[in-house]
Parts: sequence; C-alpha cells; structure tokens
Amino acid sequence: MNHLLRGHAPLSDRNWKLLDEEARQRLQGALAARRLVDFSGPHGWEHSATNLGRTTLIGTAPCDGVVAAQRRVLPLAELRAEFSIALSELRDDDRGAPDADLEPLDRAARQIAIAENVAVFHGWEGAAIGGIAEASPIEPRPLGESGEDYPRSVARAVEALRERGVEGPYGLALGPDEHLHAIETAEHGGYPLMDHLAKILCDGPIVWAPGVRGAVVLSLRGGDFLFESGQDLSIGYSHHDSEAVHLYLEESFSFVVATPEAAAPLSS
Amino acid sequence: MGFDQYHEPPEELPAETRTFARLCASLEEESQAIGWYQQRLAVEPDAEARAIMEDAQGEEFKHFSMDLEFLLRRTPRWRQIAEGVLFQDGDIVEHGEAAEAESGEEGDDADSAGAGDGSLGIGSLKEIP
Repeated sequence: MNHLLRGHAPLSDRNWKLLDEEARQRLQGALAARRLVDFSGPHGWEHSATNLGRTTLIGTAPCDGVVAAQRRVLPLAELRAEFSIALSELRDDDRGAPDADLEPLDRAARQIAIAENVAVFHGWEGAAIGGIAEASPIEPRPLGESGEDYPRSVARAVEALRERGVEGPYGLALGPDEHLHAIETAEHGGYPLMDHLAKILCDGPIVWAPGVRGAVVLSLRGGDFLFESGQDLSIGYSHHDSEAVHLYLEESFSFVVATPEAAAPLSS
Repeated sequence: MGFDQYHEPPEELPAETRTFARLCASLEEESQAIGWYQQRLAVEPDAEARAIMEDAQGEEFKHFSMDLEFLLRRTPRWRQIAEGVLFQDGDIVEHGEAAEAESGEEGDDADSAGAGDGSLGIGSLKEIP
C-alpha cells in the first residue's frame, strides 16, 4: 500500500472501480492543459523538483580560491481536492444500483481540473509557476464579442506566432463561455464555426478549458510548454465515520514555459 | 496492412489506447529487426558488411529501448514489474515472479485503475493532428 492508503478505506473493489471510473471520465473532459502541452511523467510521489539547468552564484565559498554556485530547481506543487461519499450510496452500489450519488466527487474533479488549467494558462504565483498567457510577449487582442469575430482573432494570433518563427500545428484553448459561443455559432451559409477555426489552426484541436479566461492559441510542435507530473491524479483515503468516507483527489506537478512567444493570448 | 496493430475497432478505442497500440507494434518491429540482424551477423563473413549491420542493429537497440520506455511510462504496473526484473543480478524468473506478485498485491489492494502507483492513469491527453 502506498501513501494514498486506499486499502484502509471501507470500500469494496466494485466501489473503487466506480469512483476511479467516474473521476477519470470527469477529469479527462476538463483537463484542457494536458491536451495542449508536453507531459512528462508520472515520476512518482517521491519526485520533488524539476531540473531547470540553471545555477545561482553563492557569494561565500567554503574556502578561498573556488567559485560556488547552487543548482536552481522548480519544486513540484501539490493539489488536493477533498470530497466525501455517503457510505449508504456505496452499499447501494454493491447491490448493483446504477445511480449512486457521486456529486461530491464530480465537484472535486472539476475543481482540481480547473486549478491545473489555471496554473498552466494563467500561472500560480505561490508555486512559482508562470502561466502561458501571462508569459507571452504577444499583447492580448480581444477574441471578439460574438462567435463570428473568432476566426479573424484566431487567424491574427496564428499569424503573430508565425511571424515569430513558431510553427504549427496550433491548438486553441477556449474558456467555457467562449467555447459555448463557438459551438452554437454557424457563419454565413451555415458553415460551422468550429470547422472554420480548425482549418485556421491547421487542423489543431479546439479545447474546452474551464478556468481559462478568454482564449489562448499555442503551438503544439513540442518543447515549448513542459508539464512535469510527479504523482498523477489519484484518489486517496483520508478517514471515515459511520455516515461517510472522506477521500481526496491529489496530484503533484510543475510547469515551465520554455518558449513564451509560442503562445498568443486572446482576451474575453 | 497499416492498421494491423488494432485488435478492436479503432473508432471505438480512445486516443491514448491507439497511441499505446502503435508503440506496441513499433516495439515488436524493433525486436524483430534485432533478431534478424543477429542472424545475419552470425553468418556474414565480410568484415565491412558486418560493421554496417552491427551499426544498424545498434540503431534498433535504441529504437526498442525508446519504445519500451514510453510504454513503461504510460503503464505504471508494467513499469513496476519491469523495475523488479530489468538490470537485476540473479535469477530472472525469480525476479519476475516476485515483481509480478508484488504488483498483484497492490492491484488487489484497492487499485482498480490498474496503475501500480494507484493513480487514475490519465497522463498526457495531447494529440498532434
């Protein structure tokens, strides 16, 4: 048994399967950053820092005649979203109930996915993580009031990347409101907006990105945005009482923007 | 046939499983090539030709190792078993049985995700068009 202590939870194998599958489904739809940036790992819970390959000079060396420096690393950050499931729901699941109430798990999954997306796209100062949109030297342009404005804005963002020598294919992260506008809009002649945007992106993905403000166009060529996973998203056990089992979703990760000019933010 | 690596209808498979299957097929091809070069080297008397084939086999070693590392990173339980077997002195079968048993214990121990680290096994969701 590892640090997640899953074996101590009063859950049957069937219960764990139900919870893991529910969490996986909820998370895969909302983890927008993982659809667009490079992913390394998982390197394990013991993995504590990302190598930055840089040093800081140390003013005082142990003795004269030597120069001292210290390696710089980016410590991994941990995210945890706690939730509780009623034991009665899990016993019903054991009996074959197809409609166990997993709403607390769904909320936790959404929150931790949003937290990951926000850290990657807009940064997380407390964890020394710079976000893609904030790191970009390209001045944010408005995405537009309506969906019909999006193709022009996205095309200009792609052009801004090309002008800086950043090749495609490109991906587009859209905040929830912007994504809704995009899917419900048909341009003149009934041509679906999403198809038009995909063509502009060289057939790159258009991703629903809860937590993203506005939109971000970024290159998918690789090597520009580096997500390093320690422990990948997991469900762990905290404690239980007579009414409920108290669990959590948890992960550890770092994120580094290696090429700030490989993304162009668009404001809402 | 370009789609032989799929045992199930590709359109029903998630993207990460299709990627996994492609790398499994690649791993198989690289190991096959390593075996072919080994046989050619065993019978080739020309030193210059042997040097070329040894160099080519080295490339296949590299390709095989990269494929394997990718698959192990995406499959925590496989990785856990491999860690108990690879680069260990002693009896290979004993190491294999022990590593499998250890991973099985964790698997029975509330690890329904099938990942040796107990995670949900989500990993990367990136697809390049």
